[in-house]
Amino acid sequence: MTSTVADHHHDEVPKGISRWLFTTNHKDIGTLYLWFAFIMFLVGGAMSLIIRTELFQPGLQVVDPHFFNQMTTVHALVMVFGAVMPGFVGFANWMIPMMIGAPDMALPRLNNWSFWLLPPAALLLIISLFVPGGGPAAGWTLYPPLSSQGGMGVDFTIFTVHLLGMSSILGSINIIATILNMRAPGMTLMKMPLFVWTWLITAFLLLAAIPVFAGAVTMLLTDRHFGTAFFDPAGGGDPVLFQHIFWFFGHPEVYILILPAFGIISQVIPTFSRKPLFGYTSMVFASVAIAFLSFIVWAHHMYTVGMPLSGELFFMYATMLIAIPTGVKIFNWLATMWRGSMTFETPMLYAIACVALFTVGGLTGLTMSITPADFQYHDTYYIVAHFHYTIFAGSVLGMLAGVYYWLPKWTGHMYDETLGKWHFWLTVIGFNITFFPQHFLGLAGMPRRIPDYALQFADFNQVSTIGAFIMGFAQLILLVVVVKAIRGGKEASSEVWENPEGLEWTVPSPPPYHTFATPPQVR
Amino acid sequence: MSAAHGGYYLPDPTKWPIITSMGLFLLALGFTLQIHHLAPGPWLMAAGAIIIVLMLYAWFSQVATESEAGRYDAQVDTSFRMGMGWFIFSEVMFFAAFFGALFYTRVLSVPWLAGEEMLWPGFEAAWPTAGPQGAAYIGPDAHEVAPGQFSSIGAFGVPLLNTILLLASSVTVTIAHWALKKNQRAKLSFWLFVSVVLGFAFLYFQAGEYMEAYNHLGLTLGSGVYGATFFMLTGFHGLHVTIGAITLTVILVRCLRGHFKPDEHFGFEGAAWYWHFVDTVWVGLFIFVYIL
Repeated sequence: MTSTVADHHHDEVPKGISRWLFTTNHKDIGTLYLWFAFIMFLVGGAMSLIIRTELFQPGLQVVDPHFFNQMTTVHALVMVFGAVMPGFVGFANWMIPMMIGAPDMALPRLNNWSFWLLPPAALLLIISLFVPGGGPAAGWTLYPPLSSQGGMGVDFTIFTVHLLGMSSILGSINIIATILNMRAPGMTLMKMPLFVWTWLITAFLLLAAIPVFAGAVTMLLTDRHFGTAFFDPAGGGDPVLFQHIFWFFGHPEVYILILPAFGIISQVIPTFSRKPLFGYTSMVFASVAIAFLSFIVWAHHMYTVGMPLSGELFFMYATMLIAIPTGVKIFNWLATMWRGSMTFETPMLYAIACVALFTVGGLTGLTMSITPADFQYHDTYYIVAHFHYTIFAGSVLGMLAGVYYWLPKWTGHMYDETLGKWHFWLTVIGFNITFFPQHFLGLAGMPRRIPDYALQFADFNQVSTIGAFIMGFAQLILLVVVVKAIRGGKEASSEVWENPEGLEWTVPSPPPYHTFATPPQVR
Repeated sequence: MSAAHGGYYLPDPTKWPIITSMGLFLLALGFTLQIHHLAPGPWLMAAGAIIIVLMLYAWFSQVATESEAGRYDAQVDTSFRMGMGWFIFSEVMFFAAFFGALFYTRVLSVPWLAGEEMLWPGFEAAWPTAGPQGAAYIGPDAHEVAPGQFSSIGAFGVPLLNTILLLASSVTVTIAHWALKKNQRAKLSFWLFVSVVLGFAFLYFQAGEYMEAYNHLGLTLGSGVYGATFFMLTGFHGLHVTIGAITLTVILVRCLRGHFKPDEHFGFEGAAWYWHFVDTVWVGLFIFVYIL
């Protein structure tokens, strides 16, 4: 390790497995993140199908209730921390350096570590399902006193959260340093693509929220094993304290899940509308406003826990405010499409579905922000429907829009448009069959996280389960599409689409292992 | 090693991160088994800890070597600065969770517990408290503690001394920094050495306080919500002081080996920033945990 070692030639792509284990290349690490997220997406999806199978009929037929509870818990943890968050970090790794004209991420070794913290974390969570007492069964929110009970699985989950949290913090630091320090000359902040902006804001949310979650689960760990009484009233503590700390993290977390998707569709919609994005500046400020508000609305997840009236009122009005910046965004996307010469390739279909269905989720969210109304909806299938309309229809459909949009850039081949459209329609139709009836179930009073239900809920549940299987198996089409595009197909040009905006379309498809060794000049 | 690439810095593939992750995995696995009293726990923990320590040593050595070889340009320096700054911000938020728990408990939940006559008749809101079913609080620094009672550590004994030690060490680190900028190497090493000594002195006194608390004051992690917030806040702070003091020691060794230049010494500054951060947290602790 002396300074006499000659410089290596960086344009050679390393061979074999060590390329992936030791890589410091943002594209390789992005690919690792995306595959990890996709595998977790299938694992979490399989768990949701177990849930839906059990709920096909009233009564208990397939799994025992304790395992059902583990499935609802681990499905959520896997999807939130294993699929959606790493998926977006994968996009950030691939796209941010190319979009701002940088040769790589700012801290490449740290970047490798951010990714390689994920598999051990996932392994710990999977192990938890096989130890005595089973995995965590208290719901992904891990509320005590339920989570103070439970066996070793809960402890494995706590350490999973710690490792995932480290990964997120290191990843965020890297993204912030990259965006603030690595932009090509002329790439001013207000010229940055919106995807870069939303990720910059997301990274700040992660830095402020994730350590708080780490603190919360640490208190849980010491309450469980080291005699502390943070959440035990007999020792002067309060289980509601956990809910406050958890949701101080948890609410920013849901915007961590959605903001990058907003960024992606803000790239996709202008391209296929053949118009620049409407209201760029207002989009940036709306994202900042959403991020700010996300830290002062957390207790709207806890209206029924028994808070002072002043608290209920504050959190109700603060929550309603979020509809304003979000509405600005929806308006801007629609205005971008307005009178554009639109075409409807798969990425555009996903982007439009994302806008339309996320709006449904946003509006049901608004209904639940009203405290007295929420007393009726709380912990019913209405909330399950609501957050799947935001996390699946918002985050995942937005991510799928991004996959189809940039897949030709990543692989150098066009994807199969027919299969892409099949994937789209089956996913979106399956999704609506699954989750739309759950609004009605919730309004009629069916509680969430319960393996059994009253007879009158049977019809809607059966419809929902059929939809879930359509949606679930449709995701295998994505696997086929991606593998086909990697192996071959029509060569993609540098631009791929018709006159898309952004530096990533100025480099060949697939881009060379190192792009922008000499920084491009941005006008 | 790293290589400049068309004017940009790009490090070569690296094996440190993935091995460090394996170490963390073993540590977490072993710790979980250990708290459930399963046999291989301590061995796995030890293996994980050794891997982590060795990897940190190897990783930081490589970075220090590359830095001294002049491989980092101004842009990399800025990335390091941003990275360290935002890392410290995330640490601030970690402590915020525990301070938040302390404030919530003291201002809201303990008075609510006392106000609920149905549940805990006769429980009076006070601070410190170990809760309705915990040990009774008998005032600070009481060395005659019967079973079922606990005392607390008064602010103006050792905690005040520790405050002075840490604040002084922040000053001495800054003097060392000024010396480095003027290239006065002897002065740099001396004041950095003083800072390290002050840091370890703090830890020595803090460890003494913990033994005092456990052996004579009846104050433990199990002393209700007071014991929980007290030990978790001061404990995590102590852990961070330990990390910071070890970091400063490493920087001292590097200074003695002639590392760092008057205009290029991010390693020194990063360690100093971290040290000021643990210092600031202590001031918060001294006010909200000990005095008020």
